[in-house]
Amino acid sequence: MQAYLTLTRRELAGFFVSIAGYVTIAAVVLLMGQSFATMLVQLQGQSSHDPVTQLYYSTLYFWLVMLLACPVITMRLFALEKFSGTFETLMTAPISDLQVVLAKFTAAMVFYMLMWLPSLACILVLRRYTNHVEVFDGGLLGSTFLGIFLLGGLFMSIGCFSSALTRNQITAATISFALSYSLLLLSFLAHHHQINTDWLADVLSQVALMDHMQDFARGVVDTRHIVFYVTLTFFFLFLTLRVVESRRWK
Amino acid sequence: MNVEPMIEVCDLTKRYAGHTAVSKISFTVGRGEIVGLLGSNGAGKSTTMRILSCFLPATSGSARVAGFDVFTQADEVRRRIGYMPENNPLYPEMRVREYLKFRARLKGLGGKKSRERVDVVTEQCGLNNVTRKIIGTLSKGYRQRVGLADALVHEPELVILDEPTIGLDPNQIRSVRQLIRSLGGAHTVLISTHILPEVEMTCGRVLILHEGKILASDTLEKLMSGDGQIIVEMAAPQPVLQACFEQTGEIEYFDLVPVSGGYVRCSLTPSNGQDLRPQVFLLAKQQGWLIRELTHTHYSLEDIYLRLTKPDEEAEEEEDET
Repeated sequence: MQAYLTLTRRELAGFFVSIAGYVTIAAVVLLMGQSFATMLVQLQGQSSHDPVTQLYYSTLYFWLVMLLACPVITMRLFALEKFSGTFETLMTAPISDLQVVLAKFTAAMVFYMLMWLPSLACILVLRRYTNHVEVFDGGLLGSTFLGIFLLGGLFMSIGCFSSALTRNQITAATISFALSYSLLLLSFLAHHHQINTDWLADVLSQVALMDHMQDFARGVVDTRHIVFYVTLTFFFLFLTLRVVESRRWK
Repeated sequence: MNVEPMIEVCDLTKRYAGHTAVSKISFTVGRGEIVGLLGSNGAGKSTTMRILSCFLPATSGSARVAGFDVFTQADEVRRRIGYMPENNPLYPEMRVREYLKFRARLKGLGGKKSRERVDVVTEQCGLNNVTRKIIGTLSKGYRQRVGLADALVHEPELVILDEPTIGLDPNQIRSVRQLIRSLGGAHTVLISTHILPEVEMTCGRVLILHEGKILASDTLEKLMSGDGQIIVEMAAPQPVLQACFEQTGEIEYFDLVPVSGGYVRCSLTPSNGQDLRPQVFLLAKQQGWLIRELTHTHYSLEDIYLRLTKPDEEAEEEEDET
């Protein structure tokens, strides 16, 4: 436990002592602001029955943040250590492979959630200048952030896996971008198949990330979605662990 | 006191795809010894060390550290070793003290204990002036010492250092060697290098690895003693000398080179390792020849190393010549 906490703290510090962490946050804040502005322009002069959070997260920029920021956050986790050789000092310390994987994942998740904090400011601004207070209730925000958290967990675990595969950070980022983007594309396929009612359409609708996120942003917390994200996250963390362990059977 | 050897390696083999890095090596290292692993690049030094530090598994054979198997009891082994890999990788963005503290905690030391130990190794490795500095800004010598301090921070029974003095300037090399020598006794030290004088200066025992096999394993004195050569410079006519030496049975091989001032420089190899100096002196006295140099040379580690690692073809050629 001590080793896990020590390592998590170091990994987290790693994000903040390097300029890369701040650049990532700045880029994300820029995209969030853009997303916010787009939403306000859309709303101008009209009223909408959809909750603000839903409008906010159905913009293109939200997915841009997810698809770009996650690989950038996770790419250094294993690849950099392998590249610089510190992986060897790390793995010869009395610490288990599972602890290493979990510590790195935890640190990435904490950084990821901190990265989303500025979006709360957008909500506060809206609240300050409109009189529709009921649109911004806590439950809605909670479910939206739960969605962000779960989706982030999935993308982070994909990123951990990709980073463990290679010693090149760019390769790691590219692999995790490709994997998460393919997963997202399945949502489009699901929409395309909506007219059919065969089993394929059924499966696709269950894995449609965009629909899941829409539900969360509407305040709908579906246990099926939660199970989906948690299992897939664990699956990718398990794969990461196997990759880290693989040096023992190579 | 536990009498079990610190390192026990038995028939260890490591194959990478396509080639064998280490092939059926066996050796033991007792507690408190400083042992040098000597070999050219690619001889299998780093691979052996990586297996001992539980970073890589062996293809076959077994290795035990302090009685624990490196594969099945890796956690116990890792707690007992301090390992500094080749090129000494560190986190460049961390500060020295912060890094050592992190490593101490990672290796399971408590808060108070880790602070104490960090103070001790900082002092021991001469890092007092740089504790607040960022590792990336340190000179190579200081970084090397940070790596050493990290290897020592949890008071390991066994310290494994892979090429600890590579890339250092002569002063830094000297101080690192002194540090390594000072570790003997309390710690067992295994260092690898391809720099021969380093082994002569720091190690009590040498293992010579070549192409994945152990060619020699002995103390330095034993390796370097024995059949040395006698060098003598005498003012004598060369044909007479030649005749004299040919008659002497104890001389297996000799070489005569005329040098300045009418002297002849003779290198004599004794056939049974005995000291030929008194005989040479008596000969000179009898004949009334002048001697201006008479020495007994030991084989240097370099000679031994070159002789042992000479490719087979070359050795055969030499045999043909003689």
